[in-house]
Amino acid sequence: MDQTQITQTFNQQLPGAVVEEQSKFLVIKKESLLAAAKILKDSELAFQHLHSVTAVDRKDKIEVVYHIYTYKYRFMLTLKVYLPMTDLTIESLAHLWQSANWLERETYDLFGVKFLNHPDLRRILNPDVWTDYPLRKDFNRPDFYRLPQTEGLKAA
Amino acid sequence: MSDIEAKDKKDGELRSEEFVINMGPQHPSTHGVLYLELRLDGEIVKDCRPHIGYLHRSCEKIAENRTYIQFMPFTDRLDYLASMNNNLGYALAVEKLLNVQVTERAQYIRTIIAELNRVASHLIGIGTFAQDLGAYATPMFYCFRDREIIVELFDELCGGRLTYNYMRIGGVQTDLPAHADKFIKDFIKYERQKLKEYNELLTYNAIFLARTKKIGILKQETAISYAVTGPMLRASGFKWDLRKDEPYMIYDRFKFDIPVGKTGDSWDRFKVRLDEISESLKIIEQAIGGLPAGNPISKVNRVFKGPPGEVYMRTENPRGELGFYLVSDGGLKPYRNKIRSPSFSNLAVLPEMIRGLNVSDAVCVLGSTDIVMGEIDR
Repeated sequence: MDQTQITQTFNQQLPGAVVEEQSKFLVIKKESLLAAAKILKDSELAFQHLHSVTAVDRKDKIEVVYHIYTYKYRFMLTLKVYLPMTDLTIESLAHLWQSANWLERETYDLFGVKFLNHPDLRRILNPDVWTDYPLRKDFNRPDFYRLPQTEGLKAA
Repeated sequence: MSDIEAKDKKDGELRSEEFVINMGPQHPSTHGVLYLELRLDGEIVKDCRPHIGYLHRSCEKIAENRTYIQFMPFTDRLDYLASMNNNLGYALAVEKLLNVQVTERAQYIRTIIAELNRVASHLIGIGTFAQDLGAYATPMFYCFRDREIIVELFDELCGGRLTYNYMRIGGVQTDLPAHADKFIKDFIKYERQKLKEYNELLTYNAIFLARTKKIGILKQETAISYAVTGPMLRASGFKWDLRKDEPYMIYDRFKFDIPVGKTGDSWDRFKVRLDEISESLKIIEQAIGGLPAGNPISKVNRVFKGPPGEVYMRTENPRGELGFYLVSDGGLKPYRNKIRSPSFSNLAVLPEMIRGLNVSDAVCVLGSTDIVMGEIDR
């Protein structure tokens, strides 16, 4: 199995979804992500394993990168979605793959990508009171860190 | 009389209410700084919410400010019980990006060292699991005694006992010492003897069985949906090991089996780890027998630029599939280095396993997952 087979499937079932095709990854339209993910998981392709979700900050846009694996055909698909900096929202895949829950929370925490319809979108690694997104390229690293006081600490 | 007491009196019986206890972040059986928010009904766990991030050092941001070679020591601090395997995963990812060929001897040394570290890591997993169950000290000391032999060899190799920084881009730091051949062969013989002892001490011990059998069952579909990998996935009956199914390096040259469990309970997870030790010993034995002569490192420039592009490389770590996603823009430093750590996904499935169990069994299940916080928080 290779990537062209998946592109063909997308072109048949979701015309216009594939924006860009490179040798190592596929880029699809943001609007068709959920439909594409459903095809990958539920069709004969059997992409059962959402391996990782992450993002890359390209300064003018943020790429959300999904690594999805099929045990049946032993193929790792790298799926990308480009998000403009003005609109960092994307549909959550947590209802298809349970692993997306924590992986998307991590991407939200570090990049500020908002996943719509996510069951529990909270920060996961940084404290809840944190305001920045540390893996963005424009993140200014302060010399000294001080957390905003939480309610509990104030009361004490 | 308070409101609650009045209500109790009116109802004519004691009411029970949900009770939240905080387990961790400082707790002897959470294996690091993990904080579990347990919702209890009496002794039964109704729900569990893991809170992580206490060990967050943002290794991925650090990677963007270091050259490829400079990041190697940081990989030691991810899964600090299997530092060699992390080194190996990262070295393979960079080599894939640069398209570097590694010498035969280096590949064999890498295999031997990585498998020895797998044995050491599983020994800790088994020892601390028994400790969590209340088998006070004995199994843990036995396991640490065996691990000590491996650590001594690593100490001699690279001067580190826990964080090794041994793998290099294109090979390994130093060649094996002259007596390594005999040392490792003696260890294999010794460890096989000891594995029988562990089976007598733990595996078929009636108390151990009562505590672990049918506790914390993880179904195969749930495991796959949560992207669980490694011994936990295999314990659920799914035969999948990257070393066998998508062989990287030279794993396709060796004969070994993949142990799998049947039900996916805590005992199966323990047994799979124990069996994997003997499989790793098989690999080490074959590799040390066929160790070719040659250079342990191939020539790679000390300063290099990564060609523009991206690679994804995953390897089978003791805890599951460790992946490095390197994005390069052609500079000295990676543009992005994403670390996909196995324990992260293996912990995410924990609430599914401990719902409905006693608190003491929750500790048992957590111990059987064998997580390391260093790679969850990164």
